[in-house]
Amino acid sequence: MTDPSLTRRRFLEGAALLALAGALPAGCAVAPRTGPQASLNNVLVLVELNGGNDGLNTVVPFADPLYAKLRPTLALAPDSLVKLDTQSALHPGLAPLMTAWNGGELAIVQGVGYDKPNLSHFRSIEIWESASDSEQILPDGWLARVLVQQPGAARRLAEGAVFGRPSIGPLMGANARAVLMDSFHNFASKASKVDAPAAKPANPALAHVVRTQGEIARAGDILAARLQGPQPVVKTTFPRTGIGGQFGNAARLIATGADVPVIKVSAGSFDTHTYERNTHDRLITELGAALAAFRLAMLETGNWQRVTVMTYSEFGRRPAENSAQGTDHGTAAPQFLLGPGVRGGFHGAAPSLTDLSDSNMKHHVDFRDIYASVLRQWWNIDPRPALQRNGADLRLFV
Amino acid sequence: MKRYVIATLLGLAAAAVALPAHALSPDEARHLLLRTGFGATPQQIRALEPMDRARAVRTILDATVTEAVTPPPAFMANTRPDWPAHYRSTDEEAKMAFNKARDAEAVELKAWWYAEMIATPSPFTERMVLFWHNHFTSSMDKVRHTDLLFRQNALFRQNTTGSFRTLVHAVAKDPAMVRYLDSQANRKAAPNENFARELLELYTLGEGRYSEKDIREAARAFTGWHMNDTDGQFRFNKGQHDDGVKTVLGKTGKFDGGDVIDIILARPDTAVFMTAKLWREFVSDTPDAAEVSRLAKIYRDSDYDTRAVLEAIFAAPAFWAAEQRGALIKSPVELLVGTVRSFEIPIADTTPFVEYGRRLRQDIFNPPNVKGWPGGTWWISTYTLLERREVVLRLLNGSDLGAAPGSGGMGSNSMGGSAMGGGMTATPAATKAPGAAPAPGIALWVDAHGTLAASPEAAAKLLLAAAPVEPPVGKAGRTMIEALVLDPAYQVK
Repeated sequence: MTDPSLTRRRFLEGAALLALAGALPAGCAVAPRTGPQASLNNVLVLVELNGGNDGLNTVVPFADPLYAKLRPTLALAPDSLVKLDTQSALHPGLAPLMTAWNGGELAIVQGVGYDKPNLSHFRSIEIWESASDSEQILPDGWLARVLVQQPGAARRLAEGAVFGRPSIGPLMGANARAVLMDSFHNFASKASKVDAPAAKPANPALAHVVRTQGEIARAGDILAARLQGPQPVVKTTFPRTGIGGQFGNAARLIATGADVPVIKVSAGSFDTHTYERNTHDRLITELGAALAAFRLAMLETGNWQRVTVMTYSEFGRRPAENSAQGTDHGTAAPQFLLGPGVRGGFHGAAPSLTDLSDSNMKHHVDFRDIYASVLRQWWNIDPRPALQRNGADLRLFV
Repeated sequence: MKRYVIATLLGLAAAAVALPAHALSPDEARHLLLRTGFGATPQQIRALEPMDRARAVRTILDATVTEAVTPPPAFMANTRPDWPAHYRSTDEEAKMAFNKARDAEAVELKAWWYAEMIATPSPFTERMVLFWHNHFTSSMDKVRHTDLLFRQNALFRQNTTGSFRTLVHAVAKDPAMVRYLDSQANRKAAPNENFARELLELYTLGEGRYSEKDIREAARAFTGWHMNDTDGQFRFNKGQHDDGVKTVLGKTGKFDGGDVIDIILARPDTAVFMTAKLWREFVSDTPDAAEVSRLAKIYRDSDYDTRAVLEAIFAAPAFWAAEQRGALIKSPVELLVGTVRSFEIPIADTTPFVEYGRRLRQDIFNPPNVKGWPGGTWWISTYTLLERREVVLRLLNGSDLGAAPGSGGMGSNSMGGSAMGGGMTATPAATKAPGAAPAPGIALWVDAHGTLAASPEAAAKLLLAAAPVEPPVGKAGRTMIEALVLDPAYQVK
């Protein structure tokens, strides 16, 4: 059976590409594009760095003498760093990403934040996940808003799958479906035994339970069908860490070919008010190893072309360390995008360590401009309705 | 003038008393029990039925206790603090052994609390201890010292329905909190903002009702609020305290932490924030602004007497409204302990509950972050609903629970039960005897409640806060009970 929405989407894709070609400056041809085709078959893997990741100890401005001065105990030793250019270096734990960096598959957007930063964990992550202004309350997640508008809902397993920290964040509300799992295989086997209730109660709490049970049953059916016959096997070994396990499960889900445009995993807690180095070094090292394994698994199963990984965190941390070898809540921080579709290298600019606002760094890139780039270039979706802004064209993808 | 006001008030009071007192319906009794306790048994419902609403509420509030009935975990008899030597040690193996022992103690601690929740004569007391644990969060992951967390839990039990003012002051000096939010690292030279920020944002005023500058100034006032590592008690470290002038929420002075707390409590917003949180715990996910404002005034006018505001909340028409029945989702702890208490399932060892709670995403003594468990619909995801269904069936079958003490017979108090509690016996320690009889699960309950077990309608009315989504027509006995606990309506209260 032909899905009429599919035809319509192909048409829209063509139209959008033409429009894009018209908007590009002369000399910048569309033809050499070698990256993956923009479409909703593409997967966005979100990595929430929960607690507020210290950007300065992730992408280190090692050439700035102020860095070491502000952080007498926390500064990473220059000779331990993985240098990316004459100014910036990666935390040594991210060394496993160098294959991707050298291959142009790692984009680092520097100095990301938003106006009037809110330093509450809970409010700030809401701002990031709903893509609102600082003082605006939006009830729905930015991806929920976007994805429920896209054709093909009937084919999808869900709008998103979530592993790890049970926060659906960007997939919340707007009647989007988010499937939370522990292990992919556990979920698939248990879910296939559950039936969807027929009734639709008026009581909102009960309606939520009924709806969730329906989502379990639906996901169970789709996965059971996918898992019939020869099983997709992921041979790559994942690190035996929390984040490693989550990426392993994400890889197994993607390998089934089930239609699920967003997968969210999370690492943390990055809320390093005291003795930051112990915690942060470990978390970043675990993240680097898990990301590298995930890339290999996607290459192994032939899925890498349709995957982009993006990190985000509620805020960065203060440039100056506190009296307990830790850092308090801060503002601007770098964000990573990883995948064969991204335009590798640095984007934006490293925030200044001298031009501070209330002891915190100033951002140069609004996080919603990154979202806009993902929507426009990765999925070929007009970002304006969901993000309420045109956004600077960051061109984060090839 | 004054006399006239008093006379009017007396008149109103007389009018209130003169209103005909309606005895509770079985549905109302079950509603009150589910909302203030863990599950509801026929005996508990019968005990409340002759009472009117006010008396039933008072009966539950009057039954509150300040001490646990379960003996403390064994580790509390050990010498503490034992950590200074551990911190100094450079022996990596010894350090690992220390941490492993701590993790084992954490399991003991959690099993102890589950045992208390199952055994308590006052389920409402433990509901309030859970409320305060989820409000003034502290986690084992960060605190690492089980004795401090046990003492914090006891502090909550001492103050379940007392003065919120007393409780905030005590929590700010509580050693587990001092460690959890880094007060220990809050020193004059470079203050650590962690405690001051969460005190304002999550524990009292609520987000957006203060400035970043208020946080920094409040943090200065709490500098030097430390724990003494030699006795594990709070210590005011004068040398690390900034005794300069601070400006917090528009007030200026040489404040210390206690002054800052009183400044915060003087703000009407604090009473509103706390009342709304109690409303979400006991009434609905969507606080009614006008009602919260009315109730918050009661809280503030009583100088934060928690009992006064609770009594008013439980008297509010919204609490009893028909549309509120089954409008809240049970927390995992309520689901677990409520199932055990509702079916009077014999428990030889509460250790499996520690793992159950973790799987259902409520690992007690380990809230996910400083904001605690979000509650409401957050409890139910595709993952947790699958786990809830599985775990409840395991409870019904007694799968992990070992044999009942006394060869599978139910304790003498269990079938009778007092009006409010009907507490059961449960031990936190692993006491599974080798070769013991298999655990009975709900077998005894089904035998003892023949009439209920034969009628899906009667059983649903007892066990569910809302009509079953898929009524177990034509089923009886254990099969029917299983269908009812797997019904979506079993997840709500």
